Amino acid sequence: MPAHKLLGMALRYLLLIWIAMIFIFPIVFMVISSLKPDLQLLSDSSSLRAFLPVGDISPTNYLSAFDRAPILLFIFNSVLITGITIVFSLFLCSLAAFSFVFLSWRGQGVIFAIILATFIVPFETIAVPLLLIVNNLPWIGLEGIKNSWINSYHVQIIPFIADALTIFLFVQYFRDLPKDLIEASRIDGATWFQVYRRVIMPLSGPIIATAAILKFLMMYNNQLLWPIMVVQEESYRPVMLGLQYFFQLNTQWGEIMAYLTIITIPVLIFYLLLQKAFIASIASTGIKG
Amino acid sequence: MALPACLLVFTFLILPFFMAFGLSLTNQRLVSPNPTEFVGLDNFKKMLGVSFLIIEPEMDEAGHIKLDNEGNPIYPRVRNFTRNQEDFPQFYKKREWFQLGLQDGKVLVVLSQDVVFLKALANTMLFALVVCPVQAGLALFLALLINQPLRGINIFRTIYFAPVVISMVVVSMLWRFIYDGQNGLLNTLMQMFSFGLFEPIDWLGNTSTALPAIMAMSVWQGVGFHMVIWLSGLQTIPLSHYEVARIEGATRWQTFRYVTWPSLRNTAILVMVIITMQAFTLYPQIQVMTRGGPLDSTQSLVFQAVIRGYEKQDISGGSAISVILFLLVLSISLFQRYLTREKN
Amino acid sequence: MAPLSIDESKLDGFLPGALGRWNGELYAVGLWDAACAIFARKSVLEANGIRIPTLDNPWNQEEFDAALVTLQGSGDFEYALDLGMAWTGEWYPYAFGPFLQSFGGDIINVETNMANDALNGDAGIAFGEFWQSLFARDLVPGTSQDGADRETGFIEGQYALQWNGNWAALPALDAFGDDMLFLPAPDFGTGPKIGAASWQFGISATSEHKDGASAFIEFAIQDKYLSAFSQGIGLIPPTAEASAMTPNYSAGGPLEVFYGLSNEQATLRAVTPAYVVAGKVFEKAMADIANGADVADTLDTAADEIDADIDQNSGYQ
Repeated sequence: MPAHKLLGMALRYLLLIWIAMIFIFPIVFMVISSLKPDLQLLSDSSSLRAFLPVGDISPTNYLSAFDRAPILLFIFNSVLITGITIVFSLFLCSLAAFSFVFLSWRGQGVIFAIILATFIVPFETIAVPLLLIVNNLPWIGLEGIKNSWINSYHVQIIPFIADALTIFLFVQYFRDLPKDLIEASRIDGATWFQVYRRVIMPLSGPIIATAAILKFLMMYNNQLLWPIMVVQEESYRPVMLGLQYFFQLNTQWGEIMAYLTIITIPVLIFYLLLQKAFIASIASTGIKG
Repeated sequence: MALPACLLVFTFLILPFFMAFGLSLTNQRLVSPNPTEFVGLDNFKKMLGVSFLIIEPEMDEAGHIKLDNEGNPIYPRVRNFTRNQEDFPQFYKKREWFQLGLQDGKVLVVLSQDVVFLKALANTMLFALVVCPVQAGLALFLALLINQPLRGINIFRTIYFAPVVISMVVVSMLWRFIYDGQNGLLNTLMQMFSFGLFEPIDWLGNTSTALPAIMAMSVWQGVGFHMVIWLSGLQTIPLSHYEVARIEGATRWQTFRYVTWPSLRNTAILVMVIITMQAFTLYPQIQVMTRGGPLDSTQSLVFQAVIRGYEKQDISGGSAISVILFLLVLSISLFQRYLTREKN
Repeated sequence: MAPLSIDESKLDGFLPGALGRWNGELYAVGLWDAACAIFARKSVLEANGIRIPTLDNPWNQEEFDAALVTLQGSGDFEYALDLGMAWTGEWYPYAFGPFLQSFGGDIINVETNMANDALNGDAGIAFGEFWQSLFARDLVPGTSQDGADRETGFIEGQYALQWNGNWAALPALDAFGDDMLFLPAPDFGTGPKIGAASWQFGISATSEHKDGASAFIEFAIQDKYLSAFSQGIGLIPPTAEASAMTPNYSAGGPLEVFYGLSNEQATLRAVTPAYVVAGKVFEKAMADIANGADVADTLDTAADEIDADIDQNSGYQ
């Protein structure tokens, strides 16, 4: 390779690495700081030691973070809420998409158009009236009848099950599936639901992964505004609300960093393992849009 | 079969959407013993109404303009007009939003009953106006960088995308520490690279730096998302197009200008629509980092909608902001669509 | 909420801050009270020639101001006084509202049920100007104060004085022992005032077991339980008897002064449901004034907003 090409190559890598550092330094800082006592954390942040695991390194912050807030409960809540929402969302949205693509019924086009239009309604603009609705909805649960959805798991799940993006993704995918498959099984006497379950779903692996990942990012990471409004009881709080506990009395930055690490690292590991699927799922929103 | 999903969309998206319109015309509160009343456009009038007041410098008896110690003319206090119901009922209970100097030392004062809302509106527009082009541009730059056939390029793609999977709440907490005025990492790094010339800044505590700091952080978090969308657009361009350009002897800029960019038009629309929507719903950053302060320099529409609709239990006020926000998003996405359609 | 049916004689001797009354009916009882004081070190005040104030003879505004300027001038401290600006939320109206009251103003005038003239009258504006001058002269840390500094700044010697509650007293005592002082709030004109506060037991209006709940509350407010409660969490027992039974707060105990503060200086916050909104509006006004907003304009806007809210709720009647 000639010298100037080699130099060009080196410069490109230098640029790539330099940019990578911009994206990675806060994350490294978070993890490293979570291992340091506060005094050292503060003094270290005036030098590059902020990024190095040097000095008094210990898991103390993690232990005291667990003492301070019911972290396992919050993680359980977040995982439960996110998990149930994803399962129901995949099922109901794919079912709806199936109906839009393969069945023909009156008003189909109009309803699909209305659903697509909700795509440009930001959740934040409907949060306040939605609060009024859930505040007055009855619920029959294990403890009997309640006349409000406030302070519960379902208030954090049900409003988020169906959304335009998930339905749209499934519709796009189903449209590209070969139609004769379906006709063949209909001739064999299968009901529409059997076609959905036995023919379509087994072919939908990639789009299910995509939709699940997008839903996961939307749910797990964004549980702030809505839970602030509808959950006052500790036992139903998701992880993002748990942060409040670290600001009440005796704020310790080391503990906050430990908490941030606890709620972030599993997602990052998940992402690193499945990064192709993560990136493909974002890209798929772009290809046909 | 579409029924369950459609029902959910209807109950939890469409119904509250129309309720927002309805509620914004009432005085509904979250819990109140009093009946709800229809008040028409009052909420919007309060928020959007402005009046103008022109004040002149004070004169002494000889007709000369009074000057203060530094030689600037002295103006009567705006408060004399706004708290004086008898003589100036039209200005009563309004507050100064901003001033404009006119000729002859006259000053135009723009008054409003809801300065906080107007500041939130202005900040949100400014945020979108800056973040959209910067984030879209940087994302395209990164996508072009990542689209090179280099060994190990996927590692960089993975790293650039990483902030996207981290919650904005976590990111905001982290950057609060980075932006800290005393022990903040950013000040440390700036001082190191400027060899001590740089004066530490309290980034979030300063009216002139707080919003830009939040903008920079938001771009940092979101740029990887849009990089991937650009990348998927780039990868749909057939290699043969580049081949032709190479044979024709096009420069790198020409290749980009005449081959790459025209093929990216649809991707560009999508990227702009998504960024605009995200920018207009600026909320977690504000909630975690500044709560609108200092001096309302980081108020945003969604933050105000939450403060009013939830914290102050004023459902109608919160809904009115939601309606304005929605109309803004709608008109801007229509505008973007119109702009791009014309060229096709 | 439903009124409590509790024998009034059982409530004799309760600190006013521990009883929740509204329209003449008792709605809630607290098992403890909290009080604010100026945390200080005797050695620091003596070294700077500053008089140590007492409950009977607190600092007046000039003395207080001069003390801050002297301490700041000593150069030994980053700030002369830490007000706790990092503690956003309830702290602002609870801790700073009484300063306004001591100036002769108030967040809401209980008689007229209005904020106008109470919050933005002459007394309110005088308070606002004083408040702003503390920040303008860099005597106190501003709204961007780091939460961690609020916790450790006084003990680590960053701040000469600290405005804080009795819940933070034990760590300060541990750090400074006999040198530690808890000083009463300054008198800004109409007597020294501090906020009174507690979490209280009340009964929901829809409760099916109102009598049982009342009985439980009556049971819990016996002195021996109040004392045990205080020993457990370090807050002020709400009666003199319970106080005497609690080592930290009994005569000669290190925190005795807080019982006196709570008894003598405590002023109830505006007893009205409008407080939910008024407290938030007041908080924003205090933060804005600290950051340099025009005092009179800011207080005007705040008063208008509180009054509009009261109006919108038909006066919360």
